[in-house]
Amino acid sequence: MVRSSISGSGTALLYFPGAVPLSQVHPSALLLCSEDRGELRHPRSALQPCKPRTTTAVTTYRSELSGSRVLSCISSKCVSASLQQKELTSKKRDEFEDILEERRLSSDLRYAMKCYTPVIYKGLSPCKPNAIKSVVLQSEQVQYVIKQLAKEMGESPDIIQEEATEILDEMGHSMQLGTVRFFAFTLSKIFKQLFQRVCVNEEGMQRLQRAIQEHPVVLLPSHRSYVDFLMLSYLLYTYDLALPVIAAGIDFLGMKIVGELLRRAGAFFMRRSFGGNRLYWAVFAEYVKTMLRNGYAPIEFFLEGTRSRTAKTLTPKFGLLSIVMEPFFKREVFDTYLVPISISYERILEESLYAYELLGVPKPKESTSGLLKARRILSDNFGTIHIYVGQPVSLRTLASGRINLCPYNLVPRHLPQKPTEDIQEFVSDVAYKMELLQIENMVLSPWVLVAAVLLQNLPAMDFELLIEKTVWLKGLTQTFGGFIEWPDNLCAKKAVTSGLSLHSNIARLVDGHVVLNDKGVEDGAVGEIVFKRALVILMCSTYRNQLLNVFVRPSLVALALQMTRSFRKEEVYSSFSFLRDIFSDEFIFFPGISLKDFEEGCFLLTKCDAIQATQQEIYPTDKGSVVVSFLSAMFRPFVEGYQLIFRYLSKETKEAFTEKQFIPGVRNFVFQLLEKGTTQCYEALSSDMQKNALAALVQLGAVKKKKMANGFSYSVNQEAIHKILDVFDARTPIQKPMAARL
Amino acid sequence: MRRQEILKWNGWGYNDSKFIFNKKGQAEFTGKRYRLGGMVLPTFKEWIEKTFGASLEHKTTSRASLNVNDVPPPIVNEEFLQDLRATKISYSQDAEDRVFRAHGHCLHEIFVLREGMFKRIPDIVVWPVSHEDVVKIVELACKHNLCIIPFGGGTSVSSALECPEEEKRTIVSLDTSQMNRILWIDEKNLTACVEAGIIGQDLEKQLSESGFCTGHEPDSMEFSSLGGWVATRASGMKKNIYGNIEDLVIHIKMVTPRGIVEKNCQVPRMSTGPDIHHFIMGSEGTLGVVTEVTIKIRPLPEYQKYGSVVFPNFERGVACLREVAKQRCAPASIRLVDNAQFQFGHALKPQVASIFTSFLDGLKKFYITKFKGFDPNILCVATLLFEGDREKVLQHEKQVYDIATKFGGLAAGEDNGQRGYMLTFVIAYLRDLGLDYYVIGESFETSVPWDRVLDLCRNVKERIVRECKEKGVQFAPFSTCRVTQTYDAGACVYFYFAFNYRGISDPIHVYEEIERAAREEILANGGSLSHHHGVGKLRKRWMKESISDVGLGMLRSVKEYVDPNNIFGNKNLL
Repeated sequence: MVRSSISGSGTALLYFPGAVPLSQVHPSALLLCSEDRGELRHPRSALQPCKPRTTTAVTTYRSELSGSRVLSCISSKCVSASLQQKELTSKKRDEFEDILEERRLSSDLRYAMKCYTPVIYKGLSPCKPNAIKSVVLQSEQVQYVIKQLAKEMGESPDIIQEEATEILDEMGHSMQLGTVRFFAFTLSKIFKQLFQRVCVNEEGMQRLQRAIQEHPVVLLPSHRSYVDFLMLSYLLYTYDLALPVIAAGIDFLGMKIVGELLRRAGAFFMRRSFGGNRLYWAVFAEYVKTMLRNGYAPIEFFLEGTRSRTAKTLTPKFGLLSIVMEPFFKREVFDTYLVPISISYERILEESLYAYELLGVPKPKESTSGLLKARRILSDNFGTIHIYVGQPVSLRTLASGRINLCPYNLVPRHLPQKPTEDIQEFVSDVAYKMELLQIENMVLSPWVLVAAVLLQNLPAMDFELLIEKTVWLKGLTQTFGGFIEWPDNLCAKKAVTSGLSLHSNIARLVDGHVVLNDKGVEDGAVGEIVFKRALVILMCSTYRNQLLNVFVRPSLVALALQMTRSFRKEEVYSSFSFLRDIFSDEFIFFPGISLKDFEEGCFLLTKCDAIQATQQEIYPTDKGSVVVSFLSAMFRPFVEGYQLIFRYLSKETKEAFTEKQFIPGVRNFVFQLLEKGTTQCYEALSSDMQKNALAALVQLGAVKKKKMANGFSYSVNQEAIHKILDVFDARTPIQKPMAARL
Repeated sequence: MRRQEILKWNGWGYNDSKFIFNKKGQAEFTGKRYRLGGMVLPTFKEWIEKTFGASLEHKTTSRASLNVNDVPPPIVNEEFLQDLRATKISYSQDAEDRVFRAHGHCLHEIFVLREGMFKRIPDIVVWPVSHEDVVKIVELACKHNLCIIPFGGGTSVSSALECPEEEKRTIVSLDTSQMNRILWIDEKNLTACVEAGIIGQDLEKQLSESGFCTGHEPDSMEFSSLGGWVATRASGMKKNIYGNIEDLVIHIKMVTPRGIVEKNCQVPRMSTGPDIHHFIMGSEGTLGVVTEVTIKIRPLPEYQKYGSVVFPNFERGVACLREVAKQRCAPASIRLVDNAQFQFGHALKPQVASIFTSFLDGLKKFYITKFKGFDPNILCVATLLFEGDREKVLQHEKQVYDIATKFGGLAAGEDNGQRGYMLTFVIAYLRDLGLDYYVIGESFETSVPWDRVLDLCRNVKERIVRECKEKGVQFAPFSTCRVTQTYDAGACVYFYFAFNYRGISDPIHVYEEIERAAREEILANGGSLSHHHGVGKLRKRWMKESISDVGLGMLRSVKEYVDPNNIFGNKNLL
């Protein structure tokens, strides 16, 4: 299963970046130029900060590399676009302001009733939500599909038009200032209860303000919680920016009153799956595009498609992204800004719900009564939220020199047209790029580091040692380009202690040792103990997970070094590629540049003196073994978990199965092993990992996926699975007793 | 014989016609050739200063005359000269004659004339007076392996007349200007056989003496030639009535290295495989010399009437033109200028003669902006030209104004319309004025389907503004467009683009990069590489993209057959 050998061209390919760092690739550019233009046009002072606020000094600098990585991905395919760009002038990240501070000082009611006159897109002729709907209904695009369907089904177009109207009524938002003010008031109250601080980079808001006036804007926030979109709208209201219209799941409409309230606050609703329904697709796409073309409001949706239950970025969905990109491809708009937004929570509101869900306890259906019941969380503390509004990325700049628009010139623009492969590839690249930008700007709290250390030292860890290791990990994370929020003057002990107190449901301090808070584990049946332990471990891993995408490249190199008996670079690289393929759905990799990822991993490891490299060889340094073993231990749950899942597939499944059969099957399998004590890999119980592993196998061709009447069915290619397992087994060196159990 | 004596050597048009700033600092147009001649334009200076940030204090001047010492020496082989003398065809190796025929009217060409020198120019100019002369010259060129570049009116804006720098052979500029006779007029079939060197306005003047016209009026018709129209697939302002060159041409005679190509009859249409005229039209001098053309003629129109309509905005204006095209009732000419160009036209309004006219103007302005609520910074204007029987014209006029009313248009008088068309001819003189004050500019055009007109116009203008900013242009550019032709399936759009280049070290390079970006934008918006200017050498890079690999191969194979030794080596098109 290992990628075919790259020897031959090996030396040429595996040019090592130690000597010439990747930072030569200008990290600048694509982003900066749009910013610069904005500045020429709109004076910075346009945005008035309300009152003086305290500024949290964040002294994290963007590592040269993390910036360049994302950008070089695309520029490698389109050199022309980036060559002429300017150099990055400053690598410093913006500073944060706490927007709640102001709220705690002045009247929420007055705030909700404030004069709200947002800046709008320069070309916008304002119109009402209902006017948009009728524009959509009368559009050539929708009318064309209606006529087509009428012809095919022998129905009268009126009936189908009626259907389209119903779809629109179900879908459409009806934003009202009154409702917005209602939310502004109640959310002020709620957020102040729940969170200590809500920090936002004000410069990002200023950039966004300029972007909104210039071109249609698409907001692409990360998705960790239902709070995400409420918070974002709240933020835009606070800064007097145009409120976004938000693509929300139709499930919300199941909530009485709340669904309608959200609709009036700017949410529009999409069904979860409508692949086959051409009318729905046409109406939905046209609805979104109409709002975008008019510059009616920023359009907000989640690339990840759903809340990530693991706090690890999910692989992107392309449907909505390709819809919002189309008006640019067809040159109906001059440009479109994509704005990556990273929202991180010191403590995630839904953390325990997620853990239950991952373990197979179904997610409670969205309901108003459920929401009311959840109000007890109001008495709890969820720490700080950090929102980093990234640089608006100009779609035009991304596309420059990259795509051939001829297909769009040869067909009337209102006809539905399947995107060419070129375009599909471009959409996918953009999606990954935006997610990588989200990751790059995602704030990591000290607790994230604590969780990562703790998970490697179960069941108990000396408190002082934990502090020491946390500080050590902080340095490493910063070397790798992680964005840690750790105020200058905060001592390590305080940081760890405050993390522990905020997350007392996960870990606590007992006799100078930190232990997981799995109360009630001592008594109870074996099964119950395993379940409870799994719950707390999954919750804890949610925080460690926030580090993984920052660490994945060097860590996979470290793992590859351990898997490979020799130090030959080519062999290490082939192991790296193998792991990267296996984990392609677990972590975010820019499509198709395995070698670049490898080079980056090696570069980062060299940077922290963990490895040394020559033209042909890579080997760990003496003092580097600490880093290498830490990194591989960090990812060990995934290596082991995947092996367990593969083992299950190789042994337990003889016939075709559905995902609904697979998940409980593999869960029981792992559960039994945990009960017996033959494995300690609790994370393999996570349905997220199970799904990702299956998806990776499908991509590698080891599992066949077939579309059935209701969903998909899978069948295993036993030979291929065994091959993959052999690679793991034969090459995973046994270093720790824990690993020996496999 | 030496036409260049009445024409500028380093700018557009007649020597005696140009824009100047008079002693009072007011703009004025000199000469008596145009209606604007001798008139003072009181608001023009202010417009220039406002639009370009230009100032009369910052002036650059062209060299006063050609420096003969800079001109590359001619490479002509003596044997050829002997053979040429034997034919009695007149020729010249004079530096001025050669430089005059080394260029068209692209910005960079004029700039070189003002401040530098071309690297390669024709070595010799020949003046054939008939088809037979051309046959002899082409034979000699084949015999001595020379390069021929046909030269008509010299108004090319596609770098088509520039000599390829790497051409080592003798370059012969074949000036067709002496082949300017109307050979015959056939009133029964309404055709005329004309030598290809005739200049547009001479053709119309001579035909009018017999009561006819061709009706073909490209904006360059004062200077461009019939042969040039054929070689570039020209389009005329009044094509709605008379058609474009491809509709007008009945028969073409062309001399090629392979021999003479022509048809055996003069018929309105024939089905004999692909029309060989279409290899010739648009061949841009790469295949041979067009010597004689039989062209359709029409009786002179009984009545002409100008008109104009104001629209609240460009979108409504385009919608109206689309409707007019849909109903197929377009007048001889209908053009829509955007707001920037409307204001530009306004700035070229001459001083009014009486208080009464000025009062009337004020009243009109009040009516449109205050009473009708048109925003003077958004509104746009369509100019119209009707032609035909008096009665039909009036009927036609009513139909068009009725449509315009549906799109919010208000009739704005004949005078505005007429001035609009007059400006078409004098506008070309403006570039020379701009060049004196650090302002460079040019026009370019495209054709585009109706549904993309608005998007294309907006995006191209925006692209120009952005590119200027990115390339370090210190002043906001003047970037404006007009819809100049309507068709059933689309329109022709014409852009003007100019900027103040003070503070830029290499303005021509910057200009060319921006124009290139604008062309790329046009193509990305579903527009064509060119509607009527042609490809030349300026737009060659996009040919493959425009007509596909195979298409290009088809053209190449024709070239290879007709001219295997590349005698017609101006390197245009392919």
